[in-house]
Amino acid sequence: MLSFKLNGRDITTDAPSDATLLWVLTDDLKQHGVKFGCGLSQCGACDVMIDGAVVRSCQTKLSSAGGRSVTTLAGLMENGKASKLQQAFIDEQAAQCGYCLSGMIMTAQALLDRNPTPTESDVRAALNGNLCRCGTHTRIIRAVLRAAA
Amino acid sequence: MNAPFDMNRRQILRTTGFLTLTFAMPSNLFAQEVQSPEGVGISGGPGLPTDLKKNPMLSSWLRINSDGTVTLLIGKVELGQGNRTAIAQVCAEELGVNFSRLQIIAGDTKLCPDEGVTSGSTSMPDGATAVQYASAEARGILLGLAATKLGQPAETMKVKDGTITAGNGKTVTYWDLVVGKALDVKATGNPKRENPSDYTIVGTSMPRVDIPAKMTGGEIFIQDMHPEGVVYGMVARPPNYRSKLKSIDLGPIEKMPGVIKVVRNGSFLGVIAKTKDEAMAASAALGKAGKWDVPNDMIGNAAIYDWLLKAPSSPNVIHTQKRTSSGTPAKTVEATYRRPYVMHGSIGASAAIAQLGTDGVMTIHTHSQSVWQTAEAIAKMLKVDNDKVRCIHTQGSGCYGHNMADDAAADAALLAAAVPGMPVKLQYTRAQEHQWEPYSSAMVIKIKAGVDNDGNVLDWETDVWSTSHATRPGGNAGNLLSAQYLDPPFKQPTPRDIPGPNFGSGRNAIPLYEFPGKIVTTHFVSEMPIRVSSTRSLGAHPNIFALESFIDELARNANVDPLEYRLRFLKDERARAVLMKAADLFGWSGYKRKPNYGRGIAFARYKNYAALTAVAMEIRVTPRNGQVQVLRVAVADDSGQVVNPNGLANQMEGAVIQSLSWTLKEEVKFSDSAILSSDWASYPILTFQEVPKIDVALINQPGMPFLGTGEAGQGPTAAAVANAIYDAVGVRLYTLPLTPDRVKEAMNAKK
Repeated sequence: MLSFKLNGRDITTDAPSDATLLWVLTDDLKQHGVKFGCGLSQCGACDVMIDGAVVRSCQTKLSSAGGRSVTTLAGLMENGKASKLQQAFIDEQAAQCGYCLSGMIMTAQALLDRNPTPTESDVRAALNGNLCRCGTHTRIIRAVLRAAA
Repeated sequence: MNAPFDMNRRQILRTTGFLTLTFAMPSNLFAQEVQSPEGVGISGGPGLPTDLKKNPMLSSWLRINSDGTVTLLIGKVELGQGNRTAIAQVCAEELGVNFSRLQIIAGDTKLCPDEGVTSGSTSMPDGATAVQYASAEARGILLGLAATKLGQPAETMKVKDGTITAGNGKTVTYWDLVVGKALDVKATGNPKRENPSDYTIVGTSMPRVDIPAKMTGGEIFIQDMHPEGVVYGMVARPPNYRSKLKSIDLGPIEKMPGVIKVVRNGSFLGVIAKTKDEAMAASAALGKAGKWDVPNDMIGNAAIYDWLLKAPSSPNVIHTQKRTSSGTPAKTVEATYRRPYVMHGSIGASAAIAQLGTDGVMTIHTHSQSVWQTAEAIAKMLKVDNDKVRCIHTQGSGCYGHNMADDAAADAALLAAAVPGMPVKLQYTRAQEHQWEPYSSAMVIKIKAGVDNDGNVLDWETDVWSTSHATRPGGNAGNLLSAQYLDPPFKQPTPRDIPGPNFGSGRNAIPLYEFPGKIVTTHFVSEMPIRVSSTRSLGAHPNIFALESFIDELARNANVDPLEYRLRFLKDERARAVLMKAADLFGWSGYKRKPNYGRGIAFARYKNYAALTAVAMEIRVTPRNGQVQVLRVAVADDSGQVVNPNGLANQMEGAVIQSLSWTLKEEVKFSDSAILSSDWASYPILTFQEVPKIDVALINQPGMPFLGTGEAGQGPTAAAVANAIYDAVGVRLYTLPLTPDRVKEAMNAKK
């Protein structure tokens, strides 16, 4: 049995400690905003936060979450409403298929947490390891800058 | 919380008392099919719009529900292109209801009108036009009912959000007119449509209906679904395409933790387990346990262009225009262009969920673009009747054509058939997606032109070599990857080029420029050394890269500005307008030259009859290493009547960025024995730091047909890059991708 906080709630799971955090979050804990993209830490679709730092959940074991605080896309919501950053993504219509966006938003949130007023070049650098295939990059950049404004 | 497996069906049944265009009307209104007096289709041909002709019953498209909602059923599916929202806008506009009343169900083979494949930028021209006519016709019928009920002439009535007001002020709502008995009415194709100048919903940037859930962790993708009792399926692929499984001991795999079932059929291997981790471990072990016969006879990516030119092919003259004027060209210019295999490269590996019910029906949630034909192919693979397979479209990661979505649906079904009753969820590994998807074919294009002393083209000749752009399931099990490995195997049908001059390898090969003599020939190679199929824009990306690079070269040879040279031969007003608009937006005329900076422009009318697009861009080349940085892009697009400007711009921005990625970076690498592009490290794509600023100008054409936009930007973008490189450093590149090594090599060769 392993315990951790998920989006502020205490969770105890009987999944093995070497289980992949991604699958525990999606399949056991129904965190839809966590996506399998590559399983190789190359694309960022599976990004979540552990104690405020972004990790690639596809290459993270459940044991790494033990006793710590895990945040997923749903966990960014405030009182059941989209957070400022999520709303900025909605306002900018910063999606085509949207599959990569949970990872994008988690990474962007971590950026804003450590640098509330990033430049465009800061945003590009922070998101450079997150892949988007639809070509929504320019809107994503605008959304992050809008949330920072 | 477990999601209901049958999500769409629950949704539709939730609204109790829905009525299928339930009208009390004189029987003569629907007793016979009323013939449309004249053509209304996109092509201007006779009869109904294409998709309405295939599904003429209005009840296939619309249900006016007694609770004040409207259900819109469509066969075109949401792939991230925003068609769900745009088509709904058209419906709300023509039906006369607020957008928020619409419930949309798309791509369920049991419930929705069969609109074929969501491909070829046809969601708007085919799908939205059908919905436009169906909705306008339904509104007319409702007005007729109101006229009877209120005893007032229909002509005097106005509709606002489903409330009809007669000339005398009396009102009745759509929902009041709904009564208890369903009656189906066939579309006439001749409804009174709203005047485009009165549009209040069409032409507005309605926020996309699917976006909020995607931004907040809602349940919207197949990957998010967890039906009660779900189990996890994985397959183990052979070492390469033509490998055969000689033997395997399944015993140790069956004993692995969590394994429910191991499936072997011929060379097809799969496993079903209780958790995803267990399924992945077991499938990895399964792949290693097999003793395979592995032929090492693949061509290798370096040799593919020579192979294409020498392989048996069938020449087909798709366009010929004999020059009537006399005169011998002063000079002949020739060039050969090459484009490697590129992949769809979805960020999410393809997925599906399948369940064999007690009624013998295999229900599959799939992100396929072709739910009907894929369902039929799967039925044949499973050797069951077509009505025993139901596909329900559920959103997945963007596919950009025929990727692994259909194979995932087929594989989930093969595994679900082995564990009746259990919902089997399958998602491929990254390597399975990268190495097995049907790529966009490598192509070679040769262009030759005879020009006069002023550099004007007299004779133009294009030859195109390509393998297939169309191996979609199409109701044939042999096009499903795993079906080819079963015992006995389903044989893949020999592919044919899509008929017509603009539909496959020849898409956009014919120049729209008005040259005196033109001949364009495709050389279709039916053999497929590498698995290929439809990928966003089909042959248009390489063909426009070639055509618009060549035009640029001719302009330079003639010492004429490339924009001016194009306009010299382009008479169509809409074509000229997009070129000039893109040039204006870019600042073409006032452009200040700087060393190693360059500008390029290119134009195409997609498929030579759909959206008109021009792309101008500025790039910078770093001479030391040949690196190309695209700095800014200006796009002008005329897609006919604009339904959702923001959505249209979004599509165009995406097309530009994706095409830049193909054009600058992408090439599927393969050896004699394996596909080497197995992940994002071995197949890199454009990243945030490489993406330019993009401005899009839309030219709206109120009242004109919707032309579709999704694939229109790919080709012009590719050529604009090559033209800008020439402008910057004076070297012309003919082989994609335009990598730093190639730029550097060409610069060295020029010295």
